Amino acid sequence: MNFSIVFYILGWILRFEAAFLLLPTVVGFCYTERREAVSYLITALACLVLGVLLGRRKSKNFQLYAREGFTSVALGWIVISLMGALPFVIAGDIPNYVDALFETISGFTTTGASILSDVEALSHASLFWRSFTHWIGGMGVFVFIMAILPLMGGSTMNLMRAESPGPSVSKLVPRAKDTAKILYELYIGITLAEIILLCLCGLNLFDSMTTTFGTVGTGGFGTYNDSLGSFSPAAQNVVTLFMILSGINYSFYFCLLMRQFKNAFSIEEVRWYLAIIFGAVAIILIDTHDMYSGLEESSRHAFFQVASIITTTGFSTVDFDLWPQLSKTVLVILMFIGACAGSTGGGIKVSRILLLFKTIRKELSTMIHPRLVKKIKMDQRNVPDEVIRSTNVFIAIYSAILFVSLLLIGVDELDFTTNFTAVAATLNNIGPGLELVGPTRNYSVYSSFSKFVLMFDMLAGRLELFPMLILLVPSNWRKY
Amino acid sequence: MNIIIVGCGKVGYTLVEQLGGENHDITVIDEKENKVHSITDELDAMGIIGNGVSYQTLQEAGIEKAHLLIAVTGSDEQNLLCCALAKRAKCQTIARVRNPVYSRDIDFLRKELGVTMIINPEMASAMEISRNFQFPTAVEVDTFSKGRIEMLHFRVTKDCRLKEYKLIHIRTTLKCEVLVCMVKRGEEVIIPRGADFDFREGDKVAIVASHKAANDFFRKIGIGSSSVHTAMIVGGGTIAFYLARRLLSVGISTKIIERDPDRCEFLSEMLPKATVICGDGTNENLLLEEGLDKVEGFAALTGLDEENILLSLYAKKASRAKVVTKVNRINFSGVLNDLNLDSISYPRLLTAETIIKYARSLNNASLDSNVENLYKLEDGKAEALEFYIKEESAVTGIPLAKLPVRKNILICSIARGNQLIIPGGQDELRVGDSVVVVLTNARLHNIKDILEG
Repeated sequence: MNFSIVFYILGWILRFEAAFLLLPTVVGFCYTERREAVSYLITALACLVLGVLLGRRKSKNFQLYAREGFTSVALGWIVISLMGALPFVIAGDIPNYVDALFETISGFTTTGASILSDVEALSHASLFWRSFTHWIGGMGVFVFIMAILPLMGGSTMNLMRAESPGPSVSKLVPRAKDTAKILYELYIGITLAEIILLCLCGLNLFDSMTTTFGTVGTGGFGTYNDSLGSFSPAAQNVVTLFMILSGINYSFYFCLLMRQFKNAFSIEEVRWYLAIIFGAVAIILIDTHDMYSGLEESSRHAFFQVASIITTTGFSTVDFDLWPQLSKTVLVILMFIGACAGSTGGGIKVSRILLLFKTIRKELSTMIHPRLVKKIKMDQRNVPDEVIRSTNVFIAIYSAILFVSLLLIGVDELDFTTNFTAVAATLNNIGPGLELVGPTRNYSVYSSFSKFVLMFDMLAGRLELFPMLILLVPSNWRKY
Repeated sequence: MNIIIVGCGKVGYTLVEQLGGENHDITVIDEKENKVHSITDELDAMGIIGNGVSYQTLQEAGIEKAHLLIAVTGSDEQNLLCCALAKRAKCQTIARVRNPVYSRDIDFLRKELGVTMIINPEMASAMEISRNFQFPTAVEVDTFSKGRIEMLHFRVTKDCRLKEYKLIHIRTTLKCEVLVCMVKRGEEVIIPRGADFDFREGDKVAIVASHKAANDFFRKIGIGSSSVHTAMIVGGGTIAFYLARRLLSVGISTKIIERDPDRCEFLSEMLPKATVICGDGTNENLLLEEGLDKVEGFAALTGLDEENILLSLYAKKASRAKVVTKVNRINFSGVLNDLNLDSISYPRLLTAETIIKYARSLNNASLDSNVENLYKLEDGKAEALEFYIKEESAVTGIPLAKLPVRKNILICSIARGNQLIIPGGQDELRVGDSVVVVLTNARLHNIKDILEG
C-alpha cells in the first residue's frame, strides 16, 4: 500500500468538501441563521486545513494501482462523512455525533434514512446540506474530482471503477477526465431542468433545490415531515419523472446526445428497467385501487412509490406501510432490484439481475444438454466470463452482508419486518423501510451499535461492496 | 487528435503510453480481451474488443472522427487491410509491415491502399545499427535533418582527457568546432549552458559536429575514432539480413554466423559478398576462430535477448569492437544501461518512436512552425526537436547570444539551404531554416516556445 498517494487523494477530497461546505454557509447567512452558518464555515476551514496538510506532499511514485484506488475511495467516503457530520453537532441541530454521522452517511450514500423525528425543526442551512450531500454522493466525489483535476493519467480508472455503480465500468470517451466531465455535465443538466420545472409547479426555490438534489442523486431526504405528501400533484409527477430519469444508465443520455437514437433505445437494461416499473405499477394499482379516490390519484401514488423505491430514492407521498401486503412485497422486491448500472441509483442493479437470470437459463440448458456451448449476451455483445463471475460473487457477498447485518442488528430485539427492511433499505440506499422504519417513522429506534452496522451497510451499498470490504482485509494495509 | 491503435502488443502499449501523455484521445482495438484490459487498466485509453479489420469495430472506435489510425498487430496483412478500410473514413494511417517480401512493393502498397506511412521495424533497426558502426567510439548516433546532422553520444571514461577541461575550453584550447548538446550525469540530464560547466568522469556527453570536426575532437580528447572496416553479425534474422546488405553496400566486409543451414543458404544466395558461417554463435571457440578478437564491429542479433546480452559482454571483453546488442523486451532498460553495453537496439521502441515522431508532426502541421522530427534521448529524459521556420517571428533575425532562450533548451544546429551551421553566438535564425533544438523537461509545439516568458 502506497500510503502517501492515498493521503494525497484524501487531501484533495477534503479540499473539495471545504468548497462544498461553503454553500450551506451561504444559505445560512441568507436565512439569517448566524450560528449555523458559522458552524458550517468552521467545518469548511477545518476541512481545508486538514486537506492542505494531507495533500501537501505529492508522492514520488504516482502510480495509482487497484488497491490504492479502492482504499482511497473507501477511506475518502468515510472521511467526508466524518467531517460532514460536524456542522450538525456544532450548530446543535443533531447534538449526538453518532446520529449526525448516520445522517451524513445516509446523505452521501444517497440513502435518505433519517434518525430525525422532526425534520422541519432543522435550520435551513442544515436542511440544505443534508440534501446537497445527496447531490454530491449521487454522481460521486471522485468522479467530480476527476472531472476537474488533472490528477494522474490512466490509473484514474482505478478510482472511477471503485466509485461507479454497475458490473463493469466503460468509458464514454477515450479519456477518463472527459468521461467524468460528460457525466457531470449531464448530471448538472438534469438537475437544472428539475429545479426549473419544480419552480414552475409553484415550489419556492429552496424547496425545489433540496427536492431536486434528493431526486437526481436518488437520495430521498425531504424537508418536510411527510416527505413529499403535501406537494401539489403536478410537483409530485415532476419528481416521479425525474426519479425515473435519474435511475437510467447515463450512457443512454450520452447516446442521445451523440444522436445515436437506435443505440440508446436498444440498451437492454433500460428497456427492462422501464418494463419492471410498469409491471410493478400495474400490480400495485390493482391491489390498492380501493384506497384512493379515482384512477388519477391511485396511479400517481403508485408511480411515485414505485419510482421512488426502484431508483432507491426513498421519497414518499403516502405512507406505503399502510398498503396491502402484496403491494408492500412488490416494493421490497423492487428495493433489491434497484436502478440501472451507471446511474445514480443503488441496489443490485437491473443489469446484474438480468445477467443473473441469463446465467440461470444457461445453467438450466446445460443440465439438459451437458455439452452445450453457449455465450451469454447483453446488448448483442458477448459478456466476458469475468463479468459473470464478479456478478455472481457480488450477489454472494451481498447476501452475506445482508444476513450478517440482520444478525447484528437483531440484538436490538425489534420485529423481523423492521430489521429486514431496515437492512434492505440501507444496503440498497433507499431510506425508508416498513413498520418501525416506515416512511413516517425513522431510524432513531436503533441503538448506536446497530446504527454503525447500518452505516457500514449504506457505504458498502453505495460503493458496490468491494471497496468497503477491502478495508477489512489485513494484507491490504501492509506496505509490501 | 483522435488516434485509433489496432493491436495491443508491446508497441501498442508504448504508443498509448507516449501519445496519451501528449493530450491525444486514444482508442485501442484488439481481439484479445486481456490485452485490451492490460492497457485500459493502466493507461488512459478506451478499449474496444474486436477485429480491427471489421469496419463495424472501427466505427465503434470512432473512425469517422479519428485523425490517425495505427495498425500494429502481429500480422502484416491485417495491418494493411485495416489501413485500407480506414481510408473509407479519410483518416491518416500507419501500418507496420515487416515481411521483406512486401517491402519491395512498399511504394505501390502505399499508393494503392492509401496508407500514409509504412514502417518496417527490422529495416529501421538495421539502419540504426549500421549508422552506429560508422562511428565506432561514439556510443550512439542519431541523425536529424534527413541525415545531415549526426548527434554523437559518448561516455567520459577514465582515459578521456575531456574531464580536464571546462565547456569553454573546447573552443578556446582544443580549437574544435564542436557543440555540446547535453550531458547525462547519473540519472539526470543537463543541457550545459555557460562557460564554466566542467565535465566529470562517467558523464554521457552528446555533441553535434561535422564529420571532420568530430573525428578531430575525439582524437584530441583521447577517444580514437575511425569507421569500422570489418563487422561480425551473430544471428541471421531479418535485421541481420538488412544490416549486412547495408554494410556491404558501403564497403564494410561482413561476416554472418547463423545456426540454421537453410537460412545460411538463403543469406548466401541473397548476399553473395558476405561471408556466411553456419555454426553456433554462442560457441566461444567458433567466435575466436572467425576472428572476434580482431573484428571492429560486432552485432548480437539472435532471437534471445539473454543470449545477445551475454554475447555482447563477451565480445566487449575479447575484442575492441564496437558492439551493438538487440533487445526485444523493453522492460528493465535501467538495468541494461548499467551493464555498459555500448549501444542497445530496441526494435520495438524504435518502431514506437518513429510512429510517435510522425504523429507529432501531424499534430503540429497546422501551426506556423512545425515539429518535423522528434527524437527521444536518454530514456525520454531529453528530446531533440526539428523545426522548420516558415515565417518571421520573435525568434528570427536576432543573434543567438542576445536571444533569451529558456534554461533547458539549446539550439544545436541550423540547416540553411545546403549549408549546415553549428551555431555560435553570432549566428541568427532566418526564415527557411531548419532548426534542431535539444531540451529537457519541456514540451514544445512551436519554435517560439523556446523563448523565456
